[in-house]
Amino acid sequence: MDRAPVVPPASVGSKTFGRAFDDIRRGIAQRELWAHLGWQDIKQRYRRSVIGPLWITISMGVTALGLGILYAVLFHHPIAVFLPYVTTGFIVWGFINGCLTEGMSTFISNEGLIKHLPAPLTVYVLRTVWRQTLMLMHNMVIYVIVLAIFFTSLDHPYQLDQNGQVHPGLGWWSLLAIPAFALLALNGTWLTLMFGIISTRYRDIPQVVNSVIQLAFYLTPIVWSPDDLFGSGGNSWAKVVFQLNPLYHFVQVMRAPLTGQHVSIWSWIVVGAITVVGWAMALMVMRNYRARVSYWV
Amino acid sequence: MVSIDVWNASVDFPIFDAKTRSLKKAVLGKVGGNIGTNQRVPIIEALHDISLSLREGDRVGLVGHNGAGKSTLLRLLAGIYEPTRGSALVSGKIAPVFDMGVGMDPEISGLENIIIRGLFLGMTRRQMEKRVDEIAEFTELGDYIQMPLRTYSTGMRVRLALGVVTSIDPEILLLDEGIGAVDSAFLDKARTRLVDLVKRSGLLVFASHSDEFLMELCDTAIWMDEGHVKQQGPLRDVLTAYKGRDPYENMSPDQLARLGVDLADHRVESGVGAVLKDAGARA
Repeated sequence: MDRAPVVPPASVGSKTFGRAFDDIRRGIAQRELWAHLGWQDIKQRYRRSVIGPLWITISMGVTALGLGILYAVLFHHPIAVFLPYVTTGFIVWGFINGCLTEGMSTFISNEGLIKHLPAPLTVYVLRTVWRQTLMLMHNMVIYVIVLAIFFTSLDHPYQLDQNGQVHPGLGWWSLLAIPAFALLALNGTWLTLMFGIISTRYRDIPQVVNSVIQLAFYLTPIVWSPDDLFGSGGNSWAKVVFQLNPLYHFVQVMRAPLTGQHVSIWSWIVVGAITVVGWAMALMVMRNYRARVSYWV
Repeated sequence: MVSIDVWNASVDFPIFDAKTRSLKKAVLGKVGGNIGTNQRVPIIEALHDISLSLREGDRVGLVGHNGAGKSTLLRLLAGIYEPTRGSALVSGKIAPVFDMGVGMDPEISGLENIIIRGLFLGMTRRQMEKRVDEIAEFTELGDYIQMPLRTYSTGMRVRLALGVVTSIDPEILLLDEGIGAVDSAFLDKARTRLVDLVKRSGLLVFASHSDEFLMELCDTAIWMDEGHVKQQGPLRDVLTAYKGRDPYENMSPDQLARLGVDLADHRVESGVGAVLKDAGARA
């Protein structure tokens, strides 16, 4: 019987980009698995409730309606344009927030599976991102309803605030929301991959992020608009600091096309750059620590 | 080609307690140097310097005391743990059957669990849907197959896991001792199916404390002790060395007949021979 060579072939090392890419490739190939698991998670959460996953839609509807009206009144914005703005912002934020908070605990919550079945880590990452995508789709129902009601206020150039920026209104260019979502999902994937691995090793990271994320929500224009911050010329420093918040750009690239708002080319550039840099970092982490995850969970 | 090769592999588990498992120590620990406390994470050496080479047709039993590293070795072979030192290369379609409770969702039905498990083992949904009836029949779970898994007993879960694994034609079958939880009638049925499978597919590694089960499924064995391979060789020799007596000694004639063993014909090497003779005298 032929026996193994005395020296292992060079290709079997575990800290290589080859193995990292292989993990990702095989993970994507098992799409039936992660698609099933992701959908299972949603059904699981609403098991034995009468209307099931429809609760996602309803709770988003209630939140968006309540806060949309509240903040429209607080900031003296016309409800017809501000409610769609808040609703869409909430939906996009929900996706980003979900990818961040649930992404970090991806490997921790899949501990049992990781320890008992050999599967690429990417499967669990895609399971999480796919679950968030499904949540987003449920929430988009609210967007469609809100859009149907307020379409006539959004299909022409409009302002959120009397002194504010003029937005171009909805048009065919609104389809840019689709590539914007693709970018968001790509970012959700590297975030989950990288922070998932780091959080598995350092269990304080999820706590840190959870405590910061609530603040980030208020710092990002979702329930308020940039016009409120510097509508009438305002503080010049606020303008600069505000642009430094990457979450603003992430929300804006998808929200703006959906609500017919002006979106700066800078937002696209920032999001694109973060996608590239983020993936590069995630691949490094993947190369070095992929094999350690099963030891750490 | 179906093969498993392991070169000088070690598996070390870092044990993070609540204190070390935080950024504080990793970050602050570097500042101001060592303040007298030991900053290093304690490590358990679960496997130490293992070298193995298994080929198609090998049927290997793993024996050893609790905590000797049998399960860890199985997980290493499954590719779940990549060695911390050394290397391992496994080629072939792997089907592991480890801890039965884990890796299955207790809230969803047995049927859905069958499909998920199959998907994890590299099958497609359509392939699994084709096999579901066959598996359901094999497991004899009847209407229970529609019930959530949390209503299942341990033995029923084992049935499910075995049903899936034996239906997907794996090339490398890795079994942990948990499969002893099923009743004897089912065990007989599963045994036939496993023997068949092993004959067809080629490579089996099986950790067990049951001599009889080992004799039936395996022909060689590895004796694990404190993370080392203490002995590797023909099953009977290893079992004799491990238990200190010949495994055939305590078996009934029925069992021996089923295994196709004739003690009188069985030629064994010296050390074992003495034990055998002793057994013969007592009989």
